Amino acid sequence: MPLLELRDLEARYGEIRALHGVSLSVDDGDFVAILGANGAGKTTTLRAISGTVKTTGDVILEGSKVFRRTPEAMARRGVAHVPEGRGTFATLSVLDNLRLGAWTQRGTSQRDLAHVFEFFPRLYERREQQAGTLSGGEQQMLALGRAMMAKPRLLLLDEPSLGLAPIVVREIFDALLRMNERGTTIVVVEQNATLALAAAKHAFVLETGRIVLSGPAADLRANESVRRSYLGY
Amino acid sequence: MTNFLQQIVSGLASGGIYGSLALAIVIIHRSTGVINFAQGEMATLSAFVCWTLVDHGWSFWAAFAATLVLSFAGGVTLQTVVIRPLQGGPLLGIVILTIGLLIAFNGLTTWIWGGAAKQFAGPFSTAPINVGGVAFSKQDIGVIAVSIVVVILVGLLFTRTKAGLGLRAAAVNPIEARLVGVRVPAMLAVGWGLAAALGAVAGVMAAPSLFLEPNMMQTVLLYAFAAAVLGGMDSPVGAVVGGLVLGVLLNLVGTYVHWIGGELRLATALAVILGVLLFRPSGLFGRPAVRRA
Amino acid sequence: MKLKLGALGAAIVVLALLPIPLSEFRTVQLATVGAYFIAILGLDVLTGHSGQISLGHGAFMAVGAYTTAILMVNHGVRDLWTIPIAAAVAGGVGLIAGVPALRLSGLYLALATFGIAVVFPTILKKFDHFTGGSTGITLFGKPTETGHGAGIWGMTNNEWLYALTWTIAVFCFLVAWWLLGSRFGRSLRAIRDSELAAAASGINRAAYKVGAFGVSAAFAGIAGSLLAINIAYVSPDTFPIQLSLYLLVGAVVGFFGSIWGAVLGALLIQFLPDIVGLIPHVNTKQAGPTTLFFGLVLVALMLLLPLVLRVGAAIANRGYSRAQ
Repeated sequence: MPLLELRDLEARYGEIRALHGVSLSVDDGDFVAILGANGAGKTTTLRAISGTVKTTGDVILEGSKVFRRTPEAMARRGVAHVPEGRGTFATLSVLDNLRLGAWTQRGTSQRDLAHVFEFFPRLYERREQQAGTLSGGEQQMLALGRAMMAKPRLLLLDEPSLGLAPIVVREIFDALLRMNERGTTIVVVEQNATLALAAAKHAFVLETGRIVLSGPAADLRANESVRRSYLGY
Repeated sequence: MTNFLQQIVSGLASGGIYGSLALAIVIIHRSTGVINFAQGEMATLSAFVCWTLVDHGWSFWAAFAATLVLSFAGGVTLQTVVIRPLQGGPLLGIVILTIGLLIAFNGLTTWIWGGAAKQFAGPFSTAPINVGGVAFSKQDIGVIAVSIVVVILVGLLFTRTKAGLGLRAAAVNPIEARLVGVRVPAMLAVGWGLAAALGAVAGVMAAPSLFLEPNMMQTVLLYAFAAAVLGGMDSPVGAVVGGLVLGVLLNLVGTYVHWIGGELRLATALAVILGVLLFRPSGLFGRPAVRRA
Repeated sequence: MKLKLGALGAAIVVLALLPIPLSEFRTVQLATVGAYFIAILGLDVLTGHSGQISLGHGAFMAVGAYTTAILMVNHGVRDLWTIPIAAAVAGGVGLIAGVPALRLSGLYLALATFGIAVVFPTILKKFDHFTGGSTGITLFGKPTETGHGAGIWGMTNNEWLYALTWTIAVFCFLVAWWLLGSRFGRSLRAIRDSELAAAASGINRAAYKVGAFGVSAAFAGIAGSLLAINIAYVSPDTFPIQLSLYLLVGAVVGFFGSIWGAVLGALLIQFLPDIVGLIPHVNTKQAGPTTLFFGLVLVALMLLLPLVLRVGAAIANRGYSRAQ
């Protein structure tokens, strides 16, 4: 039984249809990349999963259909969504941001905090600082750290590499890989297809709201059209 | 010199009242962007409720506690029933709604309790207390003390409790807050409840000196707006500090600038509002907002 | 606001004939309605068409009223001639107020105008050598200046007031209609809907917004002047904050733009105590129930407005697609 299943998702923003019947499945412990050009519907797909956007079609989590898909409800079901632009609480401290990550947990355990600081030592140094004063990379780490505090079953990330220096991006993806090794299922939306395909185990390609390709990451890396359109060679 | 000190202390006392109401206004504005014009009338209603309980034999502090609880519940209910349907729509619409509430609450209070002023014996005696040869009003000291306690409690609520964290998160970034599981609509309602309770504090503290009548808080509302604007509309600390500064400022200006005297006290507050909004909109503690021209 | 000449003509006829069956008391009340109507028209221009909210129109009315009173009592000017002067003075004050208003966005403008409305009476009281202070100015017993129309066409004083007020009201309505249909009005609405787009189109936003303030204040000044002539008395308490808020209610009832709505709003302000009195068990000798009702009307309107707009849009759209 896959951890996540999407069946015939359709979403629209006003008159514009963003998703035209997206179906995919993600196994427990998988690391999945969703690729596609701007406007292909990648962000919308994540929003559909986390309940931020209303869709028709089904979202099935751990075998049971989710009917009331509100962000709060999905968060309580163990879905952590790190949106594009990090979505940190800029005027709150790093520590407060992390504590908020643990909102659905029973209190903030010091052990969880220590765990996050072990992953991202720089966050510990800046723990009392306002999140908005952190660099882009540090904010992304903070967003990840906050997601970790929620001990999610499913981690969704929207464009984690956006606007970050390559070295920082490496750090982020290393952390993601480590999280995945420890059992967190990850779905990453990325425009940087090379990076995503290197880290992921499986991938889907979206074009104008439809899935046009799917399969193991290695296969997609070798795929002719993917190479030309998204990998640049 | 004696008069100067007395003016400062009594200014701090009125400032405490202004600051409490300003804090209420800021809490709602921070989380929803709405300026609740009805805050003053809600406070008046709370004061009347407290008076009624005391009139029925309750001890003051018991009545006060009950009033706080009732006001909190009232604020939560108000947001849920009347404000929430419009949340997400144009701000001006919600603000006009609060003006409707202002009128309605005023009418309700007048209808139930009549327009005649009532005596409200506060918990503090009006006898003077002598500190270092200067006579201060026990009531003023009492109001200052209550204001300090309230501010500390609210501060602790926001910084040390999970609910406070949720309130702050909902105010700063409601979309993000929902993603981590915070029930933002509920938080907003709690914010209104908290604001209503703070208004109740302001109203009950004001009643002994202002005489309890339906229009009691109309001028206090303007002073509270001035305090909130002075402190920066999104800063709770600013609201409190703004209130104290304003209270003292108004007293000193009223006493020592003879042309202004007592008659132009309101006008001075208006001058503060206009001055801050036109020349330093972010106030003392606010962050300058990026205005996309 | 479309001008249907037929409807306007019918309205004028109705207005002309209305006082005949009505008592003197009602006639005077309707004259007051006319004054409120003009003030609400002004508010429509400002808030409805240029998007600048004003909670302080009572203050502009007071400016007009006091101008009339001072001119009549201290300078012996005839009541009729004070009206355009009141319009000019109030309009001038409006233009001056409109400049700082440019820097205040919606909510803060509401806050500022609210403050002005609350504070204005105290300022009137302060400058008492000029305004007569708390006691105000009485216009009674100035037969050379007032009631000049009594006797014309056999009208009583009250009928004269009614005719004066509504003639000016129709005039103001035509001016408003013309203004709002002209480039002035179009520019205002463009600014209201999108300042950015308006600026890009080369519209001098500042000039139009300040102009809207001036026009709106002038209307309110006329209304205040007429009220002063009507009641024959002005005092700082004649124009409290409640009046400014009730004018807002009147404008909202008129959905900020429709003429008939403005009439409805004005009627509401004048006659709500009577309407509330119809509810059984409610004693309208007390001010409470009426005020409460006013507030509830506004609350209900604001809650229903989005719904009404959506229904209205749906109906309008359906009509449009059927026409294709």
